[in-house]
Amino acid sequence: MSFLKLTASTLAVAAVSATSAAARDNVQIAGSSTVLPYASIVAEAFGDNFDFPTPVVESGGSSAGLKRFCEGVGENTIDIANSSRPIRQSDIDLCLENGVTDIIEVRIGYDGIVFASQIDGPDYSAFEPADIFNALGATVLVDGEVVANPHTQWADFNADLPAEDIVAFIPGTKHGTREVFEDKVLMVGCETTGAFDAMIASGMSEDDAEDACIEVRGNGITVDIDGDYTETLARIEANPNGIGVFGLAFYENNTDTLQVATMSGVTPETATIASGEYPVSRPLFFFIKQAHIGVIPGVKEFAQFFIADEVAGPSGPLAQYGLVSDPELAATQAAVEAEETLEIQ
Amino acid sequence: MTDLSSTEPKAHRSLKVADARTKKRNAAEKRFRAYGIVAIAIGGLFLLALTYNILKAGLPAFTQYVVELEVTLTQDEFDAAESQMLKTAAYTDIFIGNFEANLAERGVAVPYDADAIERLLGKVGGDIRSYYRENLDDIGQPVTFQLQTSSRVEGYFKGRVNRDTIVDSRFLMGSDLDIVDALRDSGVLTSRFNWDFITGKDSGVDNPGGAGIGASAIGSLFMMLVVLFLSLPIGVAASIYLEEFAPKNRLTDLVEVNISNLAAVPSIVFGILGLSVFIQFAHLPQSAPLVGGLVLTLMTLPTIIISTRASLKSVPPSIRDAALGIGASKMQSVFHHVLPLAMPGILTGTIIGLAQALGETAPLLLIGMVGFVAREYPDGVVSGFMDPNSAMPAQIYTWAARADVGFYEKAWGGIIVLLIFLLLMNALAIFLRKKFERRW
Repeated sequence: MSFLKLTASTLAVAAVSATSAAARDNVQIAGSSTVLPYASIVAEAFGDNFDFPTPVVESGGSSAGLKRFCEGVGENTIDIANSSRPIRQSDIDLCLENGVTDIIEVRIGYDGIVFASQIDGPDYSAFEPADIFNALGATVLVDGEVVANPHTQWADFNADLPAEDIVAFIPGTKHGTREVFEDKVLMVGCETTGAFDAMIASGMSEDDAEDACIEVRGNGITVDIDGDYTETLARIEANPNGIGVFGLAFYENNTDTLQVATMSGVTPETATIASGEYPVSRPLFFFIKQAHIGVIPGVKEFAQFFIADEVAGPSGPLAQYGLVSDPELAATQAAVEAEETLEIQ
Repeated sequence: MTDLSSTEPKAHRSLKVADARTKKRNAAEKRFRAYGIVAIAIGGLFLLALTYNILKAGLPAFTQYVVELEVTLTQDEFDAAESQMLKTAAYTDIFIGNFEANLAERGVAVPYDADAIERLLGKVGGDIRSYYRENLDDIGQPVTFQLQTSSRVEGYFKGRVNRDTIVDSRFLMGSDLDIVDALRDSGVLTSRFNWDFITGKDSGVDNPGGAGIGASAIGSLFMMLVVLFLSLPIGVAASIYLEEFAPKNRLTDLVEVNISNLAAVPSIVFGILGLSVFIQFAHLPQSAPLVGGLVLTLMTLPTIIISTRASLKSVPPSIRDAALGIGASKMQSVFHHVLPLAMPGILTGTIIGLAQALGETAPLLLIGMVGFVAREYPDGVVSGFMDPNSAMPAQIYTWAARADVGFYEKAWGGIIVLLIFLLLMNALAIFLRKKFERRW
């Protein structure tokens, strides 16, 4: 009999606690794994410095985060989505469909994307976008012809590079980093090698040519990494020939195991990224659901704290960890203060 | 022997002398025994290698290097720090300011440089602030703090960083190591057992020294309570009905087959189910141990049902027959005689099921318990079930994904703590089985 009593009382307890599950008092954040480290630093400092509970920050990638952000308005949806890419029309459409109409965009700073390999591996110390495109693009230009990529070693197309098999670990498609990699490296390489013009000349439409430019070889030569940079690092450690795509901050935390390559002759570091000299960088964002400001305690305070000069400024803890701070931070602060939402349709 | 036997005529074969076929069979048995020993040895080697690796990578997490300093915080300094936006940074500056005076007092001659000292220290501002906020009377009094060093300095003592390979960066300069050595020689920098790791909470990615597994262990505890109090009664009631009362027909066959199937369903599936049913439909809070416990209950139920049915089956039918024979009802025979005898098996099955649930991460990914979650201790039972928290395996997974190598060590340390929990639970299962076991 005691089991019946036990079951009944347990169910009662569960029911009582379920009804008391009203009002969430902590901020919920999800999204980009590139922004996650910064968001967790700010979340810890926010908990230490304010009387609000520490926000919960989840990872999962920019697209996954924005999808959850756009699930709707209410306590059981997240308040803030981290993203390493700007919001897309497809995200906005999903948001509108679910009643998320007022979105505040906050740019927190910039992140550099670096190409790094094992510190005692082959000498991958200088790349051009054209090299990466020639190595990883699905179709490349060889002797004036657009052909399926025949290169097996770096030295096949550029005698300055090591005669080693091509293997690259690149961010998977759900990562915002992938988009920057495609736009700023593959696309640029495609244009400078002349492959893009050759594709147009062969009768492809511009859109098709762009798609062809950013298509990678797969097949074990390019490997999509869907997890975090630690996974890329583990792959690099197991594979001396491999090059990996990392965020600047991750590389700077692991300088004793990784060597970094220059891109177009520029070494990736905070100064060269802030000045725009280093070509492969992108802004980092988070998006706030305005409907949650004033409902969930601490949402606006957290956002303001995140982009305060003491936190996201050049001498704050985020810059200390590897974020390239935004020279226009003051404008962002004013926009958050005024709760300026995106104009969307 | 062999020579003799080969010369022996066939007709006089003795039982004491093995013939060719017997020898062949004996050899086959010996070979089989050898395979068995090899198999066990391989298993043992793997176990040894695993244990060695875990201990080697994880034990350093239990040692902490701290800087011991006496600080006197004046009321003015306290007010000034509290008026800032980033209060913790202000406390760090005060601490670094006190450093120099302290060193001179102790007669330690090191090349002092505020930036270098800042690089050597971990994130100490939060600790100092929370101390003074709790002990307002100590403002103006000298207080001795033991504050953590940065993850690079810990790495220097633990062998991750050395003078030959160090790359100058804003995290640590090669020249800083001279200061570190001087501080250690003078006794300002000492090591101690890292209680903070066992009792502490998760910390930001720039603060590996402050990270601890305590808060997420509490999260795991609350989840296990939910699992225990839901899956044990439901599982036992279901198995008693199925085993003792249910008619044997196609419907019960179907139920049985499905229970076995459920036991083999990948755990991530239960996570998706939990997300759509408990969070999106029932509006339970995200990242709450209650939801985690409910999801793990679904996962554990089939295991408990299967083991409970097996132990009910193993009670001899003569017990039931005897009870029914002296006039007990079916229900009396089950609850008074069969169930008590089956209890050791049921408890063992439940504890094994719980241990399985304790180590599960995949379903927690989908209900928001993986990430930067375990930052606060619950302040009561309801808050324990409802407030965001993580779980031990989820915490380990999160740490393993962070850039700073210091967190990698924490992840292995977390694995040691998790394994200790699992060992204790399994030991309890064995103890209960031995204590209450009956043989017929």
